[in-house]
Amino acid sequence: MPARTAPLADLYSEMTRMRLFEEAIGDLWWRGLISGEMHLGIGEEGIIAGVMAHLEEGDAVALDHRPTAALLARGTDPKGLLLEMLGHEEGSGHGRGGHMHLFDRERLVASSGIVGSSGPLACGFALSGLRLRPGSVAVAFFGESAINQGMLMEAFNLAVVWKLPVVFVCKDNGWAISTRSGEMTGGTPGRRADAFGMPAWRVDGSSVSEVWAVAGKAVSRARRGRGPGFLWATCQRPRGHFEDDPLLRFVEDPREVGGEIPRLARGSMDRSAGEMRARGAGTRRLIGTLARAAASRFGPRKDPIRKAAKGLDESQLGALEAAARGEVETVVREALEIAGVAP
Amino acid sequence: MTEVGFGEAIDLAVRDAMRRDDRIVVFGEDVPMVRRELLVRFGPERVRGTPISESAFLGAGVGAAMAGLRPIVEIMLVDFVAVALSGLLNEAAKIEDFSGGKWKVPMVVRATCGGGYGDGGQHEQALWGLLAGIPGLTVVVPSTPADAAGLMRSALAHDGPVVFLEHKLLSASWLEWLAGSRRDTVTFDIPLAGAAGEVADPPPPVPIGRAVVRREGRHLTMFSLAVGVHRCLEAAAELEQRGIEAAVVDLRTVSPLDRHTIVDAAGATKRVLVVDEDYAGFGLSGEIAAVVAESGLAARFGRVAVEGTIPFARHLEQAALPNVERIVAAATELIG
Repeated sequence: MPARTAPLADLYSEMTRMRLFEEAIGDLWWRGLISGEMHLGIGEEGIIAGVMAHLEEGDAVALDHRPTAALLARGTDPKGLLLEMLGHEEGSGHGRGGHMHLFDRERLVASSGIVGSSGPLACGFALSGLRLRPGSVAVAFFGESAINQGMLMEAFNLAVVWKLPVVFVCKDNGWAISTRSGEMTGGTPGRRADAFGMPAWRVDGSSVSEVWAVAGKAVSRARRGRGPGFLWATCQRPRGHFEDDPLLRFVEDPREVGGEIPRLARGSMDRSAGEMRARGAGTRRLIGTLARAAASRFGPRKDPIRKAAKGLDESQLGALEAAARGEVETVVREALEIAGVAP
Repeated sequence: MTEVGFGEAIDLAVRDAMRRDDRIVVFGEDVPMVRRELLVRFGPERVRGTPISESAFLGAGVGAAMAGLRPIVEIMLVDFVAVALSGLLNEAAKIEDFSGGKWKVPMVVRATCGGGYGDGGQHEQALWGLLAGIPGLTVVVPSTPADAAGLMRSALAHDGPVVFLEHKLLSASWLEWLAGSRRDTVTFDIPLAGAAGEVADPPPPVPIGRAVVRREGRHLTMFSLAVGVHRCLEAAAELEQRGIEAAVVDLRTVSPLDRHTIVDAAGATKRVLVVDEDYAGFGLSGEIAAVVAESGLAARFGRVAVEGTIPFARHLEQAALPNVERIVAAATELIG
């Protein structure tokens, strides 16, 4: 029988590892030691930890372009992951994959940089599980705007008609890069799931205990052969879509705005372009997006780690955080040593 | 040895492999009906129908292969791979590299291809050049029942993703489904040597990446695949009447190309004619020219391929696909 109350200290500890590890990755990216884009999952820890805590040996996980936290939770060697991001031969993929393409064959965890692809992949994992690992489940993580990707909706349907043990986890931060998701999505994620005949649970992803509770239901239901389920978990990602997110830069750094305003104002008054109505509408659209971004940026913070901390003793918190910090610092130091980079 | 049709030969290889390896599963649209011989033998857990969702079930094939099964994913027509291309291009073909060689994707995508039965330009494409252009994918296109069975056997034993293309003009059951071939009011130019032939049970494997010389000849060398091979053989017989001896090489595998056989056969005549049912530009025919050029060989080169969208009207379609007249004309020009 699974525990009925969330193991809050364990979850706090797991989330702290994720956070510290990703913060360290962010620092290395800013130092130019990691190339390309960098999508961190900071702010998603409540969802990832709450779901991953229910997985057992033989379960499989399909991840999106923010794969690090879930791999950590699954027990993948963090040093191999970090070296992979550094493009090092001793990385988990010998430097061939990079931060969006991390794999752990032994633990059946795969990520992909193509939005929506975790759905079909998880269906395949689950199908294979039915034959080779009865009682196992597959989890697919994706963002809320991935539900507008055909392959993901197809995967919802496939999982339902084949009665696959898949738990679809929709991490909803409200934004698709610089686009407000609601403006580009008909209906809601929950109603989409419902339309495919799949039970859906809506949950506040900043509460790891609540995620843990509903994920437990979805996972155990799938494990018992009752078919797929859908978690719609809201969250805030304070660092935006990727590091140095231009939208956030716009709303956070007045100099950025200062540089743009005169040019945009001139553009909005350019009579050789569109009609006044069109120019006005375009300008209002831009201001609206920025205002929303600013509001969500400076609104009430929903940090899953701080929230979980409220349910734990001060003394306990210190020890848990120190342990996580020690682990991450060691991993980073050792990885940089192998890569021959100054700490 | 028994005489079987092209499609049956493939099913024979699949059946034999499924008996020996219970990790093999088959799924795709209408598979329970199309593969009913397999359904009644292996049951609905291993022989599955899918929704009309190529992106989902091809992607699921990748996941299933990664997690321990050996799926055969059936895409009814290779044209429909277009709606699911990401699963091949961005997942199946990449995972072995991304994982540093640790994780392989043993999956076979079985799809029909090719024209000659008047189904129009979205249902008759070859597309093997497009797919073979993706590093990480193996693409095989047999021209005889024995090769079809043997290549399917090899594909199922292969540790990476294989696209197995089955030309509809050779496959009686697909012609029945897609061309209404049971009507005695329609005719198709079906190459008999490709549509039926002797196949052992179990079929011996045909190695992936190995071309075969179907006919020797000292004046020019034709390279082709699938139905094109039979068109070339017919053209070669005609050319012989005019005193031109043409060799015919059946490539059988598009990727990896059998560079050794290509260079050898091209070097023997120094005149190369590629007969390709795929598009002329940026594809297999150009690739063969590159292989020959890279070998340092100076050879004359010509190609008979599909120049644009395959037209619907039967006479226009006949002219657009590589046919014996075009092959003979191109060969004659190459000699002259």
